Amino acid sequence: MPEDKTIQELGLDEYKYGFRDPEEYFFKTPRKGIDPEIVAMISKHKNEPQWMLEYRLKALEAFYAKPTPQWGGNLNDLDFDEIYYYIRPMENQGRSWDDVPDDIKNTFEKLGIPQAERETLAGVGAQYESEVVYHSLKEEWEKAGVVFMDMDSGLREHEDLVREHFGTIIPADDNKFSALNSAVWSGGSFVYVPPGVSIDIPLQAYFRINAENMGQFERTLIIADENSYVHYIEGCTAPTYTTNSLHSAVVELIAKPGARIRYSTIQNWSHNTYNLVTKRAVAHENATVEWVDGNLGSKLTMKYPAVYLVGEGARGEILSVAYAGDGQHQDAGGKIVHAAPNTSSLITSKSISKGTGRSTYRGLLKVHEGATNAKSRVECDALLLDENARTDTYPYIEIEEKKVNTEHEATVSKVGEDQLFYLMSRGLSEEEAMAMVVNGFIEPIAKELPLEYAIELNRLIQLEMEGSVG
Amino acid sequence: MLKIENLHAEIDGQEILRGLDLEINQGEIHAIMGPNGSGKSTLSNVLMGHPRYEVTDGNVTFFGQDIFELEADERAKLGMFLAFQYPSEVPGVSVANFLRTAVNSVREKELSPMEMYKLIQEKMRFLQMDPKFAERYLNEGFSGGEKKRNEILQMLMLNPKLSIMDETDSGLDIDALQVVSKGVNALRGPKFSALIITHYNRILRYIEPDHVHVMLDGRIVTSGGKDLALTLEEKGYDWVRQEFGSAAQS
Ligand SMILES: Nc1ncnc2c1ncn2[C@@H]1O[C@H](COP(=O)(O)OP(=O)(O)OP(=O)(O)O)[C@@H](O)[C@H]1O
Ligand SMILES: [Mg+2]
Repeated sequence: MPEDKTIQELGLDEYKYGFRDPEEYFFKTPRKGIDPEIVAMISKHKNEPQWMLEYRLKALEAFYAKPTPQWGGNLNDLDFDEIYYYIRPMENQGRSWDDVPDDIKNTFEKLGIPQAERETLAGVGAQYESEVVYHSLKEEWEKAGVVFMDMDSGLREHEDLVREHFGTIIPADDNKFSALNSAVWSGGSFVYVPPGVSIDIPLQAYFRINAENMGQFERTLIIADENSYVHYIEGCTAPTYTTNSLHSAVVELIAKPGARIRYSTIQNWSHNTYNLVTKRAVAHENATVEWVDGNLGSKLTMKYPAVYLVGEGARGEILSVAYAGDGQHQDAGGKIVHAAPNTSSLITSKSISKGTGRSTYRGLLKVHEGATNAKSRVECDALLLDENARTDTYPYIEIEEKKVNTEHEATVSKVGEDQLFYLMSRGLSEEEAMAMVVNGFIEPIAKELPLEYAIELNRLIQLEMEGSVG
Repeated sequence: MLKIENLHAEIDGQEILRGLDLEINQGEIHAIMGPNGSGKSTLSNVLMGHPRYEVTDGNVTFFGQDIFELEADERAKLGMFLAFQYPSEVPGVSVANFLRTAVNSVREKELSPMEMYKLIQEKMRFLQMDPKFAERYLNEGFSGGEKKRNEILQMLMLNPKLSIMDETDSGLDIDALQVVSKGVNALRGPKFSALIITHYNRILRYIEPDHVHVMLDGRIVTSGGKDLALTLEEKGYDWVRQEFGSAAQS
């Protein structure tokens, strides 16, 4: 059990995610809704090259053409005309926290970002509404040739690299939400790790939605060159409003031969946020990509991180934890495509449902013909905390190759009366006993996170269970 | 200290305890023997506050306090402990983590991490447990004997005033039996009492009881000294039924 002291030291305990700042912005689109004029306005405001504007406008057409998906969660209440698509909180990005306006700085201080940066992170990006307001990378990594900046700066400063890779892993017309993101994207991170460089402490990006009816569409591209290593962590929160906000990111990862990328997310959106994110990675020869995904909060999350194993010996891992409380739907899972011989993959999904919460595991495992000796294991475990909670599993498996080894295992368990009684007979209150069972359930994933994040994940789930986060 | 009067309890509408009386004073060790299904585990669970059992009549006080007003965790905080016949598994929660949480929740003042670590080490050594055990997940994949030893470890850590031991001796090899007995005898003294539920006389050779009771059909039908256990072993439960069965039927 993590000591409370440590949590206080980390500044994680007193934080309530529902607070909001006054809305005073440098620039905000003059109206809600999306059309070619708004898209052009965003592009012009950012002073983008012509090709990006064209890319955006084409993506907008794909967005119009694609129907809203009906197979996942309920999207009927999501009104695309009721959303602000671009808000720029301040004129210039800060290179030191002193440059960041007090309101915004305080917000990130409450989230513990500046402290964490000093000690445990190689670099930090902090996005507020549509723009990254603060960015830093420690000197030693900058010297090693590592690039870590917001996507807009990436486009300005590394246009060729961006143009070569942007949208190659997730084409704009992949799905309705990737199309939307491609049309109005803003912020997010651009990361390039040179060959052989191994960044031993994580880079972190933090995403905060503050404005009402806001849509946040960050765009992240990470390129790990041959035999390099990077661990990227993102955290997300938003205040509570009665109207809905939308978070729809696109994240593309490229792991070149022998590289390893670990991408960890602890998402804790407020309960009125639609979180519809497309995340996909390509792993080349002997490369490894790991998605570690903690999905808390939000009204509806639809997120299925994918790894395409395109080079021989590549490995993909997806670890996800979802917590669905009253009125929430976590539709999450993962997608692994084996397209080369001797590739291996592991999907571990853990979901917890409470009250009227609903969690869905939706996964695809595909093995192409010729991907001989592919090895895959899918394990999804659901824990129900009470009678009304609901869980479903949709594992899709398509295997075109004979010489493969795949395993699939799914379990559903309820927190048992006997288990609770056992713990309570040792002096734990019912809530403490329940929290202990839940922490144990997610332990296989928590132990994959750096300690402070594991503590935060446990802490957040506990707060959600107590219902104290609105 | 523990006073049970005319206790009636049922599970899923089925009456199991039918007017049970028992009094345990401080410092006393009591043993209960009785055939399978006579209600011994039911008694343990009711005393500790399992929510599935309904108490329909009678009362139980612990140091004068009515325990039926208390949840299981509150009873634990008063100093009651139950070593389970079938301890639950809690995947992902290490024995050490569990012990830390449990000990700090029954103590008034929390132990520092260092004190806690030392205490766990000390008790595990006393029970001849491999230190690696502390990092294993609670009861997950434990052998029957390991689970029982782990229950005794918890008892030593929590240092209760009353320990109810539901067939802790069942399934133990001779070495383990000695270790478990050593654990109980270590606590034995004027401030510690125990209620040992068993089918066999052999544990009572290591932990000498002050009183032995025989349970039949949800009641205690006869009581005596430690010799009663020997008589039982010799004559079997048919003898009990013949001699005392009518008492249970009335
Ligand atoms: N849910 C239930 N519904 C009906 N009867 C039950 C239920 N649970 C237990 N019982 C019955 O209660 C009786 C007492 O059970 P208990 O476990 O207390 O016996 P015991 O004396 O501990 O037996 P053993 O020596 O085998 O451990 C048994 O006949 C059992 O079948
Ligand atoms: Mg029993």
